[in-house]
Amino acid sequence: MGLAKVWVFAEADGDKPATSTLELLTKAREVADTVECVFVGANADAIAGSLGEHGATKVFAVDPGDGLPGVIGAAALATLIAANGPDLVLFAQTYDGRDALARLSVKLDRPVITNGTALVVDGDSVTVGTAVFGGNTLVDTQFSGEKPFLAAIRPKSFAAEPSGGAAAAVEAVGGVDAGRAGEAKILERHVEEREGPKLEEATIVVSGGRGIGAAESYDPLVEQLAKLLGGASGASRAIVDAGWVPYSKQVGQTGKTVKPKLYIALGISGATQHLVGMKGSDNIIAINKDGEAPIFGVADLGVVGDVHKVVPKLIEALQARG
Amino acid sequence: MHVVVCVKQIPDPAIPGELDPSTHALKREGKLILDESDSYGVEMALQLVDKAGGGEVTLVSMAPNNEVSGLRTALAMGAAKAILVSDPALAGSDALSTAKVLAKAIERAGDVDLVLAATESTDGYTGTTPPQIAELLGWPSLTFAKHVEIGDGKATIQRQTEAGYDVVEASLPAVISVTAGVVEPRYPSFKGIMAAKNKPVDEVTAADLGLAADSVGWAGSRQQITQVAAAPAREAGEKIEDDGEAFQRVVAFLEELKVV
Repeated sequence: MGLAKVWVFAEADGDKPATSTLELLTKAREVADTVECVFVGANADAIAGSLGEHGATKVFAVDPGDGLPGVIGAAALATLIAANGPDLVLFAQTYDGRDALARLSVKLDRPVITNGTALVVDGDSVTVGTAVFGGNTLVDTQFSGEKPFLAAIRPKSFAAEPSGGAAAAVEAVGGVDAGRAGEAKILERHVEEREGPKLEEATIVVSGGRGIGAAESYDPLVEQLAKLLGGASGASRAIVDAGWVPYSKQVGQTGKTVKPKLYIALGISGATQHLVGMKGSDNIIAINKDGEAPIFGVADLGVVGDVHKVVPKLIEALQARG
Repeated sequence: MHVVVCVKQIPDPAIPGELDPSTHALKREGKLILDESDSYGVEMALQLVDKAGGGEVTLVSMAPNNEVSGLRTALAMGAAKAILVSDPALAGSDALSTAKVLAKAIERAGDVDLVLAATESTDGYTGTTPPQIAELLGWPSLTFAKHVEIGDGKATIQRQTEAGYDVVEASLPAVISVTAGVVEPRYPSFKGIMAAKNKPVDEVTAADLGLAADSVGWAGSRQQITQVAAAPAREAGEKIEDDGEAFQRVVAFLEELKVV
């Protein structure tokens, strides 16, 4: 027997539910009798069909206007939880998911477990699995306090599968008061031009690390190869910290988890910080000057060599194939 | 302008971590250093105070032992003083307990215009502490900032999003979490290192901050580690030295995977 009611903090990607939301719903319906969503955004009707198809029977919809979804979401959740009593609320480990979870934990005075990659429900007990030390060690943590339990799960931890349910019933929620915190306003939204697929959803990911030598090398080596292969470009923490590429490209413990069919690591030594975010990839190619680099311990094909020599030739060879 | 920066002192990430066999908590007894993630907040705070034409930077930190070496690094960069909450009762504190402690320490710092923090620590990386602190203080939080401007009693940031970034504004006082790489942290000068030795570090206990021992540390965490296991290892495959032609092996591998 599982839990009576599990809630998912739903997020959208344009007019569709975020993949991470569908992953959580798929898991939630496995462990609970009733699965419902709380969605903070303008287009609940557009996503209700897909949410229902993945197991949600109801979606509480809050339009945040130009407020921050995580901040408005936490205030709405606190009120809704008091009235509806879910046993567990799941968040994706995303920017807004983390904001909502953090503020809600204070409002309810509940601990959080984050960075989950597994969820086990046995009767009333809920255990979240996390991977530490670069994924070498798996730790199971069980909630021992009062419900509802609050957990954030890393995207890509579960597969999203439709169950064929009817569209979720949309219940609009108004009058959310987030206090002074709710006064934060979004003034402008910038969508960065992206060629090719999203980093977390790409079937091929090409990432660069300190070994590419300089910020100027990122485009001709990493971006170029990613583009040729129809993949997405990523980065190790070292070059994000150095300011060469934005945080959104970071793959690893404090960045994104990717599980592509093919991961190509260019000039990445393979610190545990990085390995945890990519070692679930089906195939890994690593090119690095240092033959002792830990990245070779997880690579299906390792090339000990200078990325500045190997990659331009590789790009040329791929271009020649047309 | 008075800016508080939350900083964490962590075991050197270059040394492989270990879990305590009895408590399953991360072992933190060796020398602790300033989390590199926090150096961006310290640098940004120093720059914002400079731009504002005056003020100072105060550090707040929490440690189960009286460790100060990481704090001295941030003081050497230019922070004026620090509040260190040091108490054996804090061992085992989760993110929420940590936020409760830091929020109280921030109140102790006096009139504060702005609190800066990293988006997550390198060792624990729960990633919820900054908005938890904001919620405890009743302040707005602007998270995942990659650019920060302060003026007219307001903070305006560029907030990282899945699609790009949003420009977000809130009135002060507020909590801002900054992503790594947003500024270039300065290296402490020799003069800075010498000066840091005499800068005030206000050491307080949880009780000094009015926090009950059962609300923090192990007692406050309300979760227990039930199992620790080794993950299935991934096996290394073929490894070749580049002789000028290694790219051809890569092309062949891509062909085998049918991705070209």
